[in-house]
Amino acid sequence: MSAPVLAVDGLTVEFRTALGTVRAVDDLSFTIGEGETVAIVGESGSGKSTVALALLRLVPDPPGRIVAGRVRLDRQDLLTLDDAEIRKVRGRRMAMIFQDPMMALNPVYTVERQIGEVLRLHLGLPRQQVFDQVVELLRLVGVPAPEDRARQYPHNLSGGMRQRVMIAMALACKPRLLIADEPTTALDVTVQAQVLELIQELKSRLGMAVLLITHDLSIVAETAHRVIVMYTGRKVEEGATAEIFADPRHPYTGGLLGAAKWEENEGNELREIPGAVPSPFDMPRGCSFAPRCAVALARCREHAPALADVAPGRPVRCFVAQEAAR
Amino acid sequence: MRQASLLFLVRRLLQIVPVVLAIVALNFFLLRMAPGDVADILAGQMGHATAEFTQQLRQEFGLDRPLYQQFFIYMGKLLTFDLGVSHLQQTPVIVLILDRLPATLILMLTSVVLAVALGVVLGVAAARREGTIADSLISVLALVVYATPAFWLGLMLIVLFSIKLDILPSGGMIQIGAGLKGAAYALDVAWHLILPAATLALFYVAIYTRLMRASMLEVYGLDFIVTARAKGLSETAIAWTHALRNALLPVVTLAGVQFGHLLGGSILVETVFGWPGLGRLVFDALLQRDLNLLLGILFVSSAVVVSANLVVDLIYGLLDPRIVHK
Amino acid sequence: MRGLSTLWMRFRRNRGAVAGAVTLGLVVAAALVGPLLYPVDPFDMVGQPAQPPSASFLLGTDVAGRDILAGILNGARISLLIGVLASLAATVVGVAFGALAGYYGGWVDDVLMRVTEFFLTIPSFVLAVVVVAIFQPSVVTVTAAIAVVSWPSVARLARGEFIAQRGRDYVQGCRAIGMPDWEIILLQIMPNALPPVIVVSSLMVATAILTESGLSFLGLGDPNLVSWGYMIGVARTVLRTSWWMSAIPGAMILVTVLAINLVGEGLNDALNPKLRKR
Ligand SMILES: Nc1ncnc2c1ncn2[C@@H]1O[C@H](COP(=O)(O)OP(=O)(O)O)[C@@H](O)[C@H]1O
Ligand SMILES: [Mg+2]
Repeated sequence: MSAPVLAVDGLTVEFRTALGTVRAVDDLSFTIGEGETVAIVGESGSGKSTVALALLRLVPDPPGRIVAGRVRLDRQDLLTLDDAEIRKVRGRRMAMIFQDPMMALNPVYTVERQIGEVLRLHLGLPRQQVFDQVVELLRLVGVPAPEDRARQYPHNLSGGMRQRVMIAMALACKPRLLIADEPTTALDVTVQAQVLELIQELKSRLGMAVLLITHDLSIVAETAHRVIVMYTGRKVEEGATAEIFADPRHPYTGGLLGAAKWEENEGNELREIPGAVPSPFDMPRGCSFAPRCAVALARCREHAPALADVAPGRPVRCFVAQEAAR
Repeated sequence: MRQASLLFLVRRLLQIVPVVLAIVALNFFLLRMAPGDVADILAGQMGHATAEFTQQLRQEFGLDRPLYQQFFIYMGKLLTFDLGVSHLQQTPVIVLILDRLPATLILMLTSVVLAVALGVVLGVAAARREGTIADSLISVLALVVYATPAFWLGLMLIVLFSIKLDILPSGGMIQIGAGLKGAAYALDVAWHLILPAATLALFYVAIYTRLMRASMLEVYGLDFIVTARAKGLSETAIAWTHALRNALLPVVTLAGVQFGHLLGGSILVETVFGWPGLGRLVFDALLQRDLNLLLGILFVSSAVVVSANLVVDLIYGLLDPRIVHK
Repeated sequence: MRGLSTLWMRFRRNRGAVAGAVTLGLVVAAALVGPLLYPVDPFDMVGQPAQPPSASFLLGTDVAGRDILAGILNGARISLLIGVLASLAATVVGVAFGALAGYYGGWVDDVLMRVTEFFLTIPSFVLAVVVVAIFQPSVVTVTAAIAVVSWPSVARLARGEFIAQRGRDYVQGCRAIGMPDWEIILLQIMPNALPPVIVVSSLMVATAILTESGLSFLGLGDPNLVSWGYMIGVARTVLRTSWWMSAIPGAMILVTVLAINLVGEGLNDALNPKLRKR
């Protein structure tokens, strides 16, 4: 098997705030192979965005710091690069799109300027070619009348169009890995599907790997090959998408699936996971999910479980699941 | 787009009408508030307060007519820039003012450009070094300059640069009797401009530095800055393009609002440096208690400020593409 | 009173604000008791003109042989008096405008804000000069002139506060029980709208002192009273030979204005702790 495009090893990120140190990502490891789409799923606050930023070394410092781990892109260790070198990775070999395309685009620059900037920076395209290339990219992401759109400002575009522009910007240099942090959360439901479809299609066209981050399991089903479930900064379960959906092992995954199913047939609070994510300053001693868990044992409240395979390629961080598999 | 801008311009021009009317009303009111009636004052000021001359004036101003008619007559005069005659030199006020206006405009424009440029550079520098000694130093300096009376600062600069060091002229606009022409003349004026412009600018440098710093820090918290980093842009590039362009907006607004304030400062600074502008004219008018001249200066300087605000609005429209469409 | 003590605790943590408060305290003390402890008439010719600071005249004498220290102490009175009075007057007018505009909205708001914007547009110092020149310089006219050019910023701020408050539940409640508008404005909303206004008003004292010094520098001060700006204006004629004569009163203005600004900012931070983080 060839080396993965991205290999993350023991990634740990901390934020030092006035109230204390928060471990937003704790000893996280995963890989993404060529042409693969991996999804990270978890409720808001579980550390997903921090992972995405850490991969590009964009965690705001202060207060944040990557305190341990290794991130390799095509075997190259990104965490040891100097500033100039990591800038050559950003936007070129690893690109990112964000949740809110209105906020993520600069309001005072035209679409052409914002996409063209990447082309000039990384590919050194001369000015005359930039416009043509921008139009080409806009066409690629399905923006109608790309020549006109290129000259417009973000506020002239709809939310879906803006996200397409973001995608065009991210794809400008044909990156090896695309990170999409909640790419559809801010969009209308009808547009959500279109954008996801677009990412899928471009992925196969350009042969990139994709890291899809979402709090919404329902959008993962048709999109991702593998799913990583995160809770309070830790990976609690991982597996092939079909297996996760058919046979969730961690109670938290089960809870998320319950919530997702309910959202499909008219949302209802009934099936939501009870309780709330614990405060990062007041983490439970044992398993961090134990206070909300319906099947928690006495042991779960005392000791934090480690990740262990419950089946080939199915690591789960849960005493109950591990017990059942034995 | 072009049409929208034109519409904006027309609308903005129409907004000026009530302002101009209000200025006229204010002048009319102040003139009537002065002890004695208009004719008494004017006759007194023109040096021959004989009964028939006063009567003649009274008729000219229609003081025997109802108040509203008087107002319309006065308005007619002001709007045709008939500001009356100064008893100083027996010259029409408008001639005296137009004679001095260019010198004031040169001083003010130089100061504004200087203040905005320096304020932006220092504010950006401080924001990028938030929390460092350099940042604190800039903030403290700004605070001190902000508390310094400009006319006194001018005097102290004269002491230092003209009297002690003897490297810059202490006053005037040209070297008397040198009879310079063309480029040499311009250079001479520039040479004399250094101290007064620096004096007038410093206060605003302090203001713009503080504002720019705060504005930059706010922009740094916005999502599109993360996007710019994710594209691979360097911090320097981000500061001077994406951040600056957005952070500049409040500074431009303030520069426009403060044009009237700047004119006040200019009056004091011109007095200190013997700069032959409106400020000197105010000083002379005060010595002679020439109210007509003072009111004329108030009228014209208000008109200058209103025009300047219009220009600033247009600049703002250029900087912020969202503005025209709102 | 717990609110006041937490306010004081937050204020105390800001070193600049404390330094400003101490300095300002000294200036105020000098203004209040200085002329009593040092009872020299600032208009009396007490010695040779233009003497540099010495044991007999701590700050020297001016061009007419008048004691500069006496001028500084008496000038402190004028500066602070006019600064505080003008800022108070501007606050009253500004709050009245802002409260009416913000509370009633609609055409009242339109009219009042047009007037406010107009006063923000015209060059304020020129207007102040003309007003003082027309009515003859005195403490009253100078104070009034400064107030006339200062109130608009208060009006804008107060309007914003009133607009923010008028939709709140407690205001609706007061209306529902038929409380008259003036009572809602003065007794219900005002206490909530006042804190930011107080900050701006305290900072306005500094601006007022600067404006007063500029006016009296131009000769538009009360002719019967010594002020710092007037002293600079007088000393200006001998700048070449006796620069310290202008330097001293100017430094006093600088220190006083700086102290007030520091206190004002400390007050602002103490009242809005959220904004401090940045
Ligand atoms: N800039 C920051 N400063 C302090 N703490 C932060 C910051 N960003 C994230 N965190 C912490 O990291 C945790 C995870 O946040 P995030 O990665 O945004 O989660 P998600 O994207 O899954 O919603 C949060 O609970 C928060 O406490
Ligand atoms: Mg997130």
